[in-house]
Parts: sequence; C-alpha cells; structure tokens
Amino acid sequence: MDATRRGFLMAAGGTAANELSQAQDHDHDHDHGHQDVPSDPTLRVKALESLLVEKGLVDPAALDALIDTYEHKVGPRNGAQVVAKAWVDPAYKKRLLADATNAIAELGYGGRQGEHMVVVENTPKIHNLVVCTLCSCYPWSVLGLPPVWYKSAPYRSRAVIDPRGVLREFGVDLPQDTEVRVWDSTAELRYLVLPERPAGTEKLSEEQLAALVTRDAMVGVGKVKA
Amino acid sequence: MNGIHDMGGMQDMGPIHAEKNEPVFHAPWEGRSLALNLAAGAWRKWNIDAGRHQIELIPPADYLRMSYYEKWAQRLEELLVKTGLVTQAEIDSGKPAPGSPKATPPLTADKVPAILRSGGPASRNVPGPSRFKVGQRVRARNINPTGHTRLPRYARGKTGTIHLDHGAYVFPDTNAHFLGEKPQHVYSVHFTAQELWGQQASAHDAVYVDMWDDYLEHA
Repeated sequence: MDATRRGFLMAAGGTAANELSQAQDHDHDHDHGHQDVPSDPTLRVKALESLLVEKGLVDPAALDALIDTYEHKVGPRNGAQVVAKAWVDPAYKKRLLADATNAIAELGYGGRQGEHMVVVENTPKIHNLVVCTLCSCYPWSVLGLPPVWYKSAPYRSRAVIDPRGVLREFGVDLPQDTEVRVWDSTAELRYLVLPERPAGTEKLSEEQLAALVTRDAMVGVGKVKA
Repeated sequence: MNGIHDMGGMQDMGPIHAEKNEPVFHAPWEGRSLALNLAAGAWRKWNIDAGRHQIELIPPADYLRMSYYEKWAQRLEELLVKTGLVTQAEIDSGKPAPGSPKATPPLTADKVPAILRSGGPASRNVPGPSRFKVGQRVRARNINPTGHTRLPRYARGKTGTIHLDHGAYVFPDTNAHFLGEKPQHVYSVHFTAQELWGQQASAHDAVYVDMWDDYLEHA
C-alpha cells in the first residue's frame, strides 16, 4: 500500500484504520510479527467495500448472502451426491456421462460456474485429473469454491506435464500402465471426475456412499476409500 | 498474451501445499473480495473474459506474490475505473467524489439465489455444421496474440485429435476486449503426453484441451 492510501485509512478513523493501528500496537508489544497481524488486503478490501456501498454500487446484504451461499450452501457435498447416485443407479450414470449438465440439474444443482458440465469416469485402467492451467476454472455448482492448492502455481503448472508426480504428492501412486487423462479447463466447460466406487461398499446406502466421496476424488487427486 | 498466468508445463514452482480441512475463506476479507466482484459484476459493465484478462494484466512478480483474492480485489478496482463506475481518485481517497449521485445496486440480497442459479451460460446457437469432426486430426495454431487468449502456449503448434464437439460458445479472444462474442465451436482436443512433452513422457498419458475453432487448423 502506498503512503497516501495508508494515510487515508489512518486518517479516516474507520474500522480498517483502527485495525491497522491495533495491529501495529500488537506488533510493538510482543515483537512476534506474523500471521495475526491484519494484512494490507484486509484494509484494501474494506476501503473498497465502503466506497462501493457509499456510492450505491453494491448492497452489503447481497455480499453477506453471496458469502453465506459459498460458505454454507454450495460445496463438495453437492458433487458427492451426484457421484453416489451414479454409483447406485446405472441409468442415472448413463445420463450423467452423456449429458452431465442436465443430469446434475436433476439433483437441483447448476448455475454459476456449472453452466456447462462434463463428467469423466475413472476406471481400473483410466485415471482422470482436472486442472485449469490458465486461471482457476472449477465446477462451483458441485464442488464449491476451489481450494488454494488448485489455484496455486505449483499445481497449475505441473498437472499437465507431470500428472503422475502431482498425484504422488497427493498420495496416489498409479501403476505404469494406467492411462492418465488430464483435462485442462481452458473453456467454459467444467469437469467433474466420477471416481471408482471402492470395494466393500456394496451394502451401503446412497447417503452413506455420498459421505465417503471427497472433493479431492472429484478433482482427480484422490481416490475414494471405503 | 504470453504472460505468467499461462503456466502449464513450467516445473520450478515448488511443491503443492494442500491444506487439511481448509476453510472456504481464510479471513473475512477473502469472502468480501469474492462477493464484491460478483455484486459489482451485476452492473454488467464487463464480462467474464474481460475479468479474467484483467487478472492476467497484473505484473508477473505481483501475480506470483499475491494471494488469489488479493488479485480479485486488484482486478475489481481496475475494472471499476476502466468502466467508469468509480474514478481512480475515489479509489485512492476511499470516498465518493463530492456531489456524485448515489446509485441503486442492481444486485440485492433477495436476488442472489436466482442470479447464482441462472449463472452466465456462454453457449450460443451457431447455424451450420462444425468445421472439424470427432476423430479428425488437427493442429493448434501457433499464434501469439498480445491480448486475451485461452490457447495455452504448451499446446501451440502441437497435433491432436478431436475428441468431442462441445457446441458453440462465446469466443474469449474478442469478448474480453469488447469486440463481440464471435461464437464458434469448442472442441475437446486430445493430445498425447509425448506429443506435448517428448519421448520421456508416459506413452499412456494424454492432455485434453478445450479449444475454439479459431485456434485450430487441419493437420
């Protein structure tokens, strides 16, 4: 942050400026300046929000509703239900692989960053892995917002050139003759991996199966364990 | 633009840090940054491609240093100024210009579920047959546009096979610069790992890249 900006925030006497001064006091008192100090983005985003609200450009209640949606309503439990249904219902699985967007909509999921879905199936011989090398494209409607590692340079850069090495970092060691298919989400299609159903789960209900399905397995960096 | 964002195939970015039980947001400001972007986007002054390109324009050292939602905040400030919703002076001072009118936000809390539900489909109807058919051999063109493109460098000049025709979609290379949607077919193109990375790559592996018609030529 430049001096003018910091000066404004301090002078404004608003919450952001108070937090900054508290942070500085805190640092003085204990001299262990690390992660509990509010970082510049805290102030920057607060200043931006207060400006946009004051100009009538955004409604703070809408911001709360958006955050609540992605913190509490939309997440990998949605995708897990899709996977579990595909495991127990062969006709659904067929629809899912042929037209994922509509099959996922049958369960009530769709919309933003899930408008155009593709589901790719793992088998004993084929392992699928999803990445977005150019930014952070991810199927929000079924997995929620992407984790930090998915958006990070190490994952984005290496997933296409060394998918087996990347998978080993996630604890997945694939046999040499497994076919690895990497899906680079360069367009508006969003990919969901249909993982293999683990052995020994024949007696589980759809709901119990859904509880086993992890986000990582649906991105392709993990396997579902019984 | 051949920028740092186009990082597929780089090898020196270090190990992957996967956090156990990661929260959706690591601090409240991250959620605010995301929500501000979505709410301000409801003014429809820009589109998703322009928004992506604005992040690509962050200088490379900053791009690598900044966290994800910091980049979103910076991108939003720049789009707001570029499109005239806010002035740079207002960003710098944190205050509306004296005498400036107060607007009415297009996105209110009651509209949030419906707007997320409808999303922003990028598919378009384009009459006539597609130029390439499933199974056909194609080459990704060797182009180096200075603006926005979704053709990653690692695939340029490489030969692959049309795996799927996804139908027609808005073309980001023009849409990002407000030069029209230029809708055209998008194909999933199969490239063998050895075609992309040479003989040391596994003979079993492949990368599937979604590519607009304009990115491809007959091979």
